[in-house]
Amino acid sequence: MLLAKIKEALNSLYEDIQEAVEAPAAAEAEAAAPEAAPEAETAPATEAQAEAEAETAEAVEPAAPPGPRETDYKAKGYHLDVELPPGKVVAAAEILNRENFFIEAITGVDWIEQQQLEVVYDFNHFDELCRVVIRSRVDRSNPEIPTISHIYQGANWHERETHDFFGIKFSGHPYLVPLLLPEDADFHPLLKDFKA
Amino acid sequence: MNGLMQQDVNQETFVLNLGPQHPATHGVLRVKLLMDGEYIVDAEPVLGYIHRMHEKMGENRTWAQFLPNCGRMDYLSALSYNHGYVAAVERAAGIEVPERAEYLRVITVELNRISSHLLWFGAFVLDLGGFTPLLYAFDDREQILDLLESVTGSRLTYCYFRFGGVYNDIEDSFITGTREFIKRLRKRMPMYDALVTKNIILIKRLKDIGPISKDMARRYGATGPVARGSGINFDVRRHEPYSVYSEFDFDIPVYDEGDSMARYMVRMDEIEQSMRIVEQALDKLPEGPVMAAKPPKIIKPEKGDYYYAVEAARGSFGVRIVSDGTNSAYRLKLRSPTYSNLSLFGEASRGMLLPDALALMGSLDLVIPEIDR
Amino acid sequence: MPEPFRVILFIIFVMAFAGLNAAYLVWCERKGAGHIQRRIGPKEVGPFGLLQPIADGIKLMTKQLFLPKGVDPILFMAAPLMVMVPAIMSFCVIPFSETFVAREINIGLLMIFAFASVNVLGLLLGGWGSGNKYAVIAAARCVSQNIAYEIPMLVTTITMVMVTNTMNLNEIVRSQSGWFFHWYIFRLDISLLMPVAFLIFFVCSLAETNRAPFDMAEAESELVAGAYTEYPGMGFGVFFMGEYANIVIGCALSVILFLGGWQSPIPFHPAGFLGVIWGLFWFLIKLYALIFTVIWIRWTFPRTQFYQLLNLSWKVLIPISLFNLILTALQIKIFPWL
Repeated sequence: MLLAKIKEALNSLYEDIQEAVEAPAAAEAEAAAPEAAPEAETAPATEAQAEAEAETAEAVEPAAPPGPRETDYKAKGYHLDVELPPGKVVAAAEILNRENFFIEAITGVDWIEQQQLEVVYDFNHFDELCRVVIRSRVDRSNPEIPTISHIYQGANWHERETHDFFGIKFSGHPYLVPLLLPEDADFHPLLKDFKA
Repeated sequence: MNGLMQQDVNQETFVLNLGPQHPATHGVLRVKLLMDGEYIVDAEPVLGYIHRMHEKMGENRTWAQFLPNCGRMDYLSALSYNHGYVAAVERAAGIEVPERAEYLRVITVELNRISSHLLWFGAFVLDLGGFTPLLYAFDDREQILDLLESVTGSRLTYCYFRFGGVYNDIEDSFITGTREFIKRLRKRMPMYDALVTKNIILIKRLKDIGPISKDMARRYGATGPVARGSGINFDVRRHEPYSVYSEFDFDIPVYDEGDSMARYMVRMDEIEQSMRIVEQALDKLPEGPVMAAKPPKIIKPEKGDYYYAVEAARGSFGVRIVSDGTNSAYRLKLRSPTYSNLSLFGEASRGMLLPDALALMGSLDLVIPEIDR
Repeated sequence: MPEPFRVILFIIFVMAFAGLNAAYLVWCERKGAGHIQRRIGPKEVGPFGLLQPIADGIKLMTKQLFLPKGVDPILFMAAPLMVMVPAIMSFCVIPFSETFVAREINIGLLMIFAFASVNVLGLLLGGWGSGNKYAVIAAARCVSQNIAYEIPMLVTTITMVMVTNTMNLNEIVRSQSGWFFHWYIFRLDISLLMPVAFLIFFVCSLAETNRAPFDMAEAESELVAGAYTEYPGMGFGVFFMGEYANIVIGCALSVILFLGGWQSPIPFHPAGFLGVIWGLFWFLIKLYALIFTVIWIRWTFPRTQFYQLLNLSWKVLIPISLFNLILTALQIKIFPWL
């Protein structure tokens, strides 16, 4: 129930992406989700329509469609896997905050072969088990992503730690100084090419 | 919380350093306090004094070589950390655990939880000036440590679980010893209640001190007794049942007030509930192997990322594994509950008196090595 | 023997008593704390750890006495003396037995209170002179705590002076002769609240000497060592001795004012030297019973919050002691059955 609701809500963030990729499905999505602005309100479309539209998108595109993906909880440990461009992360956090999710962790992964850094956000809910993972890939040479610490104050420390370990800049963060490393540290230990 | 140095330190305020060496900060934690007389204007915990970079070690070691590291983070509830890591790898690699092993895991984890709460109880009252309950709590804790030593071989930093089960079976002496211990502790809990919990000085020190609202707990991701003391009914054992917890009948103590007294009562009640779980587990303990029939010698989980959460003594401990199909983790993220719990200290302690802030910090049950990893 | 020699002899005895007490009360405290906490306490140094205080004293004396940088040298060095000396001097007027008092002064009670106030000044100077933020906070707390708790103590004392018509401590004890129900604590005919007055006096003397649960000034887990943080070795040792001497004075006063001093519970009193020993014995028993209670209280209760401590004094103890004063006055005047 919560899973479907949040999936539909997050789906609204994908409108412009789906538009670019798949015109007919996107038109349906626009009709289903009347709100034009991608970052904002939860689309009050019917669940069935949103699910159907997501299925259509899936059916049309054999590759992984842009959109929240339900995962096998037993195998993976989380319910929803959402891959977003860096600019949409704040909007996603706002949607989750409205639905009273709490932030579990923020961390990074260094995909050195693809020259990308991935920022992974873990959210969970106190009332109903629904673990949502939001991912975002940034360029490894200039990693920057907007902060969500104004929405979730707990993210303040998580982002500082991720910056410590990976060097990812969280733009808009009020106090991005090393948290776990010494104050004058200028190295980022969890990068794959870090040599002590 | 923003950096203290960014604030204008005007004439009326001064910066007080609750330094890394301080009797009240359990472990090496430094808190920079901007004080206006006796009132705290802002508080900024400074971490990193015991940062050992376990997550990098997770990448440099094989899956099995990381097992001893688990006990070194939260040394007071090391078995929960063992459990989280081992279960995460088992989920990733698809390893089945026999039922007896699951029961043994639950019994030892719950005993560890009791010992962690007993130490917290002693240290917390010590912070408030009552020196004696610490030694009484340590008496009970010593019995748990002896029991667990006979099974795991360690007294504090356990490394008992293996991928596919546990490595050592228990003997009858352990079962009788545990039942004796529970009987004895059940007799002593009313003493703690009468002497400490109902003490008027303690009540006045804790009631309405350090309120944490539900929303604050949610925004900071606080879990465990900190959240349950603020009226949030969230316990990973009930919410996201793992291992064999769904087979036991136990309550989750939740108190609505959100003050330090509520968090105190949550932990005291949890000791009783853990004893119930251990009793039921001992009654239902099935026969069988304690290790999977053919655990893989070299573990190579499929590519992808996996998450596993357990209820440690301090909250929800999460392990996120990113595997690239090799013998060691590509990325190992350890989500420590106290890290999130402490992050709300800056906002929660604004405007409080210093001793009240210390009572709040004690009620958060901090173990710094877990925060710093 | 001629008066000056007697006085000097007794003063030497009194100072030895004070010093020995300060040293061995530490031993009592550590043993008591140990047994309350299910352990033994010192046992290695000498039989039952009896030589422990001597070992501690030697250790403290061998530590280098240095002035940390940034302290005010005069204040820093004067502070421990200001805590220790008045306490020892107050021993001169305490009657250990009928004839066993260094100097029987007409205003003995007033003298003790005068010197007790200097104790606060010593802590304040020590905290301020240390140049350490923790010490300053502790000293400020100390001053306000002491002011708050001196008031009920003095009001209760005024009540007792009103009853006894004298400030001579030996006279006060003499007026409690007879069976034990002649002791002032049991004299409900003088004031219905007499036991309450004793409790107020006892609690105030705990607070005056900064003992737990009123030890905000040296709250270990918050302010490291409070006003004593910067004091090395023997400087700290002198503060410590002063604190224990103050405890003995406080308990001695409680015993004299309320529990009959050197009077025995039965109206039997041998003459001569034996009588002196008899009185001394009863005084010391009562004194050490109260000191044991002080130690007991310290290891049982947690610390109060600072504003709760002040609330207790201003909002509870002062009104009750003032009420007791008026009640006693009424009872004496209207029901003159004394």
